[in-house]
Amino acid sequence: MVRLELPAHLCRLAGVGHEVTVAVNAAPVTIAAVLEVLERDYPALEGTIREHETKQRRAWLRFFVCEEDWSHVGMDAVLPEVIVNGKEPLLVIGAIAGG
Amino acid sequence: MSTVRLLVGTRKGGFVLTSDGKRRDWVVEGPFFAGWEIYHMKGSPVDPNRIWASQSSGWSGQVLQRSDDGGKTWTVAGNKFLYEGEAGTHQWYDGTPHPWEFKRVWHLEPSLSCADTVFAGVEDAAMFKTTDGGTTWNELPGLRKHGTGKDWQPGAGGMCLHSIVIDPTDEQRMFIAISAAGAFRTDDGGGSWKPINKGLYSKYIPNPTAEVGHCVHHIAMHSSKPKTLFMQKHWDVMRTDDAGENWSKVSGNLPTDFGFVIDVHAHEPETIFVVPIKSDSEHFPMEGQLRVFRSKTGGNEWEPLSRGLPQKDCYVNVLRDAMSVDRMDDCGIYFGTTGGQVYASPDGGENWQAIVRDLPAVLSVEAQTLP
Repeated sequence: MVRLELPAHLCRLAGVGHEVTVAVNAAPVTIAAVLEVLERDYPALEGTIREHETKQRRAWLRFFVCEEDWSHVGMDAVLPEVIVNGKEPLLVIGAIAGG
Repeated sequence: MSTVRLLVGTRKGGFVLTSDGKRRDWVVEGPFFAGWEIYHMKGSPVDPNRIWASQSSGWSGQVLQRSDDGGKTWTVAGNKFLYEGEAGTHQWYDGTPHPWEFKRVWHLEPSLSCADTVFAGVEDAAMFKTTDGGTTWNELPGLRKHGTGKDWQPGAGGMCLHSIVIDPTDEQRMFIAISAAGAFRTDDGGGSWKPINKGLYSKYIPNPTAEVGHCVHHIAMHSSKPKTLFMQKHWDVMRTDDAGENWSKVSGNLPTDFGFVIDVHAHEPETIFVVPIKSDSEHFPMEGQLRVFRSKTGGNEWEPLSRGLPQKDCYVNVLRDAMSVDRMDDCGIYFGTTGGQVYASPDGGENWQAIVRDLPAVLSVEAQTLP
């Protein structure tokens, strides 16, 4: 099971807590594969993390994996085992809104 | 006794305000979708408890919400707005070609006869339609591709399709307006479109009488006179009596003819309301005085209405979809401001009171009159 931490506005939209878990049966496990399952389980999130058509990450969101910025690593990069087995969460982070 | 429900979209959520027919005491519910921009909320004329809300944010794009119980509970509807075929380009601010990019839904216009059918006006300007209760949305591409689309360009607020008016006597006829392209009409349910901007004069474009390029801010119609439309343009208040074939200026004695909102009295088709705004850069009322101007002659002769509105130190704006009227006998009028106030007049504009004063900046107000 992959654990995801989502920004608060998406948690409210999907009606979930701060963290959700998804069962990814595909191999290898990538960010794209995780988001595929997340959107299947929580259809309200379709189009809110990645664009409908291009499947590109939305510009104001970033992905963090084991304290590293994976926003530009690519959706098809293989996630580390600690993410795949749920020891560490995949973080979806929203840009800070200030000003 | 009838009740009135106001659907208020703001920069940080949606609100539902309800009152009895006296419209003095209001119950405020919300925020719904807190933290998200709610550009527009509107109820179906067929089933008033079916309410649509356009929810968007810079972080996560567009979401569509639907309520089937008058706003008590909400369900996420489809949010896939894909342009039909090759998206192509329009003009950017500097006149260079710029690709069409979907940003958000500005306006939702439910069908007059089918609760599952809704039209959506979006940025970058296009019109979408659902016929399955919001599950799927399809573009009506005849608008963007009728020929002038490549010449449209955005106004400061973006290139938005913000106004949709359906002819109640013939739903195949619809009028829409785009900033800064102008007004357009379809007579075949959205299959084909034509620009209807003859008579508009825009001194800020190279050809002031061009077929397209006019920054129309809002249009309004009275259901009993569907060939007559009123328009608040970037500058100028206009009217047409031949379904947009020709427009004439009716700004008359307004202190300034810049503004965003325009609406028509529920029972008097020649009584119209605007809120003059000082200029296109300052975007606040003249001399710090918030005043609605009313014409009972379909334009040209205007009178200020200010009883109950702030008459000093008021520097708010009233955005294009932020005025609405109810259908009670004495016609209530409502508008919201960028300062978060929603003002109500239960008597056709004579007297005003603030229903709420401290909401987030108001983007839209829609009134529903319920039995």
